[in-house]
Order: sequence, then C-alpha cells, then structure tokens
Amino acid sequence: MSKFHFTQTDVQRLEEQAQQLRQDIVSMIHAAKAGHPGGSLSAVEMVTALYFHVMNIDPENPDWTDRDRFVLSKGHACPVLYAALARRGYFDPAILNTLRQYRSILQGHPDMNKVPGVDISAGSLGNGLSVGVGMALSAKLHNQNYTTYVMLGDGEIQEGMVWEAAMAANHHDLKNLVAIVDCNGVQINGWTNDVMTLEPIADKWRAFGWTVVEVNGHNMRDVLTALHTAKTMRKPTTILMRTVKGKGVSFMEDESKWHGAAPSDEELIKAISEINMGGVL
Amino acid sequence: MAVATRMAFGHELIEIAKTREDFVVCNADTKTCGLEKFGQYFPQREFSFGIAEQNLVGGAAGLAACGNKVFLATFAVFASMRACEQVRNFVCYPNLNVTVIGTHVGLQVGGDGATHAAIEDVAIMRSFPNMTVIQPADAVAARAIAHSAVDFKGPLYVRLHRNPVTDIYDPETYKFEWGKANTVVDHGSDMTMIVSGILLKKALDAAAILKEQGVGVQVLDMSTIKPLDNEVIIKAALETGAIMTIEDHIIFGGLGSAVSEVVVQNCPVPMEIVGIQDRFGESGDSELLYKDHGMDVDSIIEKAKVLVVRKKG
Repeated sequence: MSKFHFTQTDVQRLEEQAQQLRQDIVSMIHAAKAGHPGGSLSAVEMVTALYFHVMNIDPENPDWTDRDRFVLSKGHACPVLYAALARRGYFDPAILNTLRQYRSILQGHPDMNKVPGVDISAGSLGNGLSVGVGMALSAKLHNQNYTTYVMLGDGEIQEGMVWEAAMAANHHDLKNLVAIVDCNGVQINGWTNDVMTLEPIADKWRAFGWTVVEVNGHNMRDVLTALHTAKTMRKPTTILMRTVKGKGVSFMEDESKWHGAAPSDEELIKAISEINMGGVL
Repeated sequence: MAVATRMAFGHELIEIAKTREDFVVCNADTKTCGLEKFGQYFPQREFSFGIAEQNLVGGAAGLAACGNKVFLATFAVFASMRACEQVRNFVCYPNLNVTVIGTHVGLQVGGDGATHAAIEDVAIMRSFPNMTVIQPADAVAARAIAHSAVDFKGPLYVRLHRNPVTDIYDPETYKFEWGKANTVVDHGSDMTMIVSGILLKKALDAAAILKEQGVGVQVLDMSTIKPLDNEVIIKAALETGAIMTIEDHIIFGGLGSAVSEVVVQNCPVPMEIVGIQDRFGESGDSELLYKDHGMDVDSIIEKAKVLVVRKKG
C-alpha cells in the first residue's frame, strides 16, 4: 500500500496528533519565555503529515542513509519540529520544556549534532533550499530513492539565495526535491506584502521550472494529497500552503507580534483551552 | 619547476580521483584550479552551481550532510565573503566534511584588481570554530596537501595562489603533516621568519643574503595556519628572541596576528608583521605590488635588520 494512501481514520489520527503538537509548541515557548509560536503553529498540519504518515523514517535509527530528509529552512519554527520529533519517538517529550535553555539539546535554531532526527542545522533564512539541493543530488549520485522536503517561510523567499537554489534544482532535474512554502502572509514587522511584495508567488516558482501545488495548509486531507502529488511529479515541486500565522490560538492568529513572543501564564491557559476545543478545523 | 599552487592542487585531485571514488566536486563558473575540468573525467561526481557561490556552499553542505566528502572551488574572495555566512553556518557550525578551495589569493590576481584579490580571507576563515586553514608554499606542498585533504574529516579551507612559483621542496623528501611547521633553513639564532604560502621563496632568498651579511635567520614554513603549531612558535621565540611573519594577506587577522596571539601570551619578543598594508589591492604586476607593500626581498631584508636591532634594545 502506498505511503500516501490514507483513510478517514488516518486523517482523524493525524488531526489529533496536530493538536498535540500545538499544545507542545505553546507550552515549550511559554516555558522558555521566548520563541516563535506564529510560524510554528502555521506549519503544524504539514509537519504532522510528514512525520506521522508520509516520510520514510526510523526514529530508532535517525542516521539511516535511505531515510527521507527534512530541512526546516525557517529554523525559528523549530518548536514544531522538536514537538514532532519528540512525539515520534526520537527523544523524550519531557525535554521539550528545556527549549532555549543552557546546555539543552533544543537550541533556538536546530542543531543536527545535538538533536536526533534533525537532518541539517539551520535557521539563518534563505539557506535551506540549497542544502536540500545538495541532499537531492546525493540521492541521485548514490541511486537512493529518498525524497528531500524543505520547508520555507513566505517572508524567507525574499532572500535571493532561495532563487539560486530554485534555479539549480531545475537545472539538475531534482524531482526528488519538494519545497514547501508556509504562506502565512505575516513576517516579523507586518504583512509580507507590506514589507516586500511576494505575489505572484506561484508564477515565480513556475518561471524557475518548478511544478506548483497550492493547498490549504490546515486541511489535513489537502496536505496529504499535495504531498502525494509532489511525489509523482517529473519536476521539482513547490507546495504553496496557504496558512494562518498562529493558527489554533485566536489571539495569535494573523498577528505579527506573535511571530516571536512567549505567552504569559494566563495566555498559555487560554491557548491550551482553545487548542483542546479546536479539534477538526 | 614552476607551477602555481592552485593548478598543482587541482590537477593532483583529478589524479587522485582516478583511484579514489569517495569524494565529489562542486564548481562555480570560474577558472580556479583546473577542477573545472573534473566533470569531463568524472561527470557523475561533479556538480555545477553556476555563478552562485552561496548556493554552491549550501549545496555542498547538503551533499556533505548525506555522508559525501565534498571539495568546492571558487575564487577566495567569493568563498570567504560572498558565501561567508554559508561557510560559517552550514559548513563550520554543523562541522561538515567540506573542503573549501579558495584561489587567486593575495596580490596575485593580476589585472583584475582589488575586487578579486582576497586579502582578508585568512582572517575570516580562521575566526570560525571547527575550521582548519592550510596554505602550501609551492606545488610540491600543494600536491601533498591534496592527498591529505582527501582523507581529512571536517571543514577545511585551502588557500591557493594564482601564479607559477618556483618549487622549494623535493617531492621525494617532502612530507606534509597537519598542524606542524616545517623548518626550511636554520642559518642561526638572530631571528625567526615564519612564513605561510608562496612568499616562502622570498623569505629564503632574504635569509640567504642576511646570512652573508652576518645575520643568522631560521625560516619556518607554517603551512597550517589553524590550528597553529604553538610549540614551534614558542620555541622560536625563546631561542631566537625575534619573530618576523611574512604572508600575502592583509596585516590584520592573518598569520601575523595568529603568531602574535601565541607570542604575547607565552613569551613576548619583538615582532615584525610583513604583509599587505591597510589598503586594497590594485591592478598591476604582482612583483611591483609586493615591493609597494614592503613584501619584496629587499624590504624583507631591511625590516629584518631593524627587527634585530630592536631585539638588542
């Protein structure tokens, strides 16, 4: 059975898992008193779909050479990755509350030499797709079948290096590379299109030779279907997922101030309560 | 023989690749060290990144993160500055097995002038944790370093010159050893010259003339700039009481600074730092430029004499 086949039971399981990750995200950022909830919450469904259904990985063997790769180019959203890795069994979820603390394995941006399951240290914006190009080239070189997924922020694609990598992926015919752009429309100082116009995003990627799939990034069925489509394409694929920054916590949604801020004790209680009630979105 | 260190290194790597399949090459679109021909011989193991050095380094990091040994080559100005952050954050920080080959260093870029002359690259590269920095003095050393680099694990910066340089070493007897300075001549204990790179020839010429004039100089080839051979530096300071560093690099942050850091903390003695002065490179014959910056044989001799006087107080 294809990894991409999914049932209603799968969707329900994944949606429940997504709510668990949301709780972990706000809890660990609250404990750390710092971090980036907005862009972590917007990426939850995609990261859940990848780590709990789609990606060919083995938490018992994080360095398995044939595993699918994931590059969190928007590394500041590491709470969502850390939560997924912990809940998937790479490390004890109790460690999540050490985020950003002295001597914690959970640095403010992911460190591949500290966290089992992190495929590349990242976080400085604009770089991850280039790393993904290298990983996809390596798969071709060694005749490996793994897929490399790179998640970028929409604000991040203002970095010119992203387009160097986009050009190279097409040149090297990297159909084993999937870029996922978390289009939550907000960056640290406001709406992305006020800071630096991004649209037409899809046309930009198409002009660089990529197949573009647009999807509602909070609909688990759509996300799973988009990942399946990406896997079958004969060109590198970009999934433009339309999302809401801070999704699932009403007071964080679409608010640039929650790009990088920690909830207070009261805000945490409210956030957890909303996430618990949120259920299927 | 007179072969440029860049061409010796690149050609040797191609030779090594005929029997070793365990490394790949990432190229930008420049004529660097002959490695731009790697793909003609080994098309599967060469990756072209075009005129895009940031992506070059990021892509090399991705290949290395999947277990490949990667060599990437471009002009040193672009490796150290255009792709500076990628070298720091995606090669050095994750401690990946990438060798960055930087060519056309110092004042030897010929007519290209200041924009293409890497005069700050050692200062930049040696400031990164996990980075090893290496610079051969001639083609013999460059070939030996190519062999050692293939087996090296971790971030490595290899600094290579553009122009042919007279061989100093005998390939039959030269042995490269990581982190170890090589005593090339020992004419006495009046002072020590510590050199890295192709200016070693000028230092040796100066030392020979100084010997005739009654000044005994010991000349060390510091091909590994980081990690530095602290032991030999301290020994030289104690035994000769004066140290001159000579490098084709700006006088800030390079070999001179590195040696000074060891000397002042262990055994302060008078020092003279010979290198590029506080101004950008320019077009022109490199020998004229070396003279202009006080890096030619005559200038080295004059500065050495002044240093010995300073030592005597």
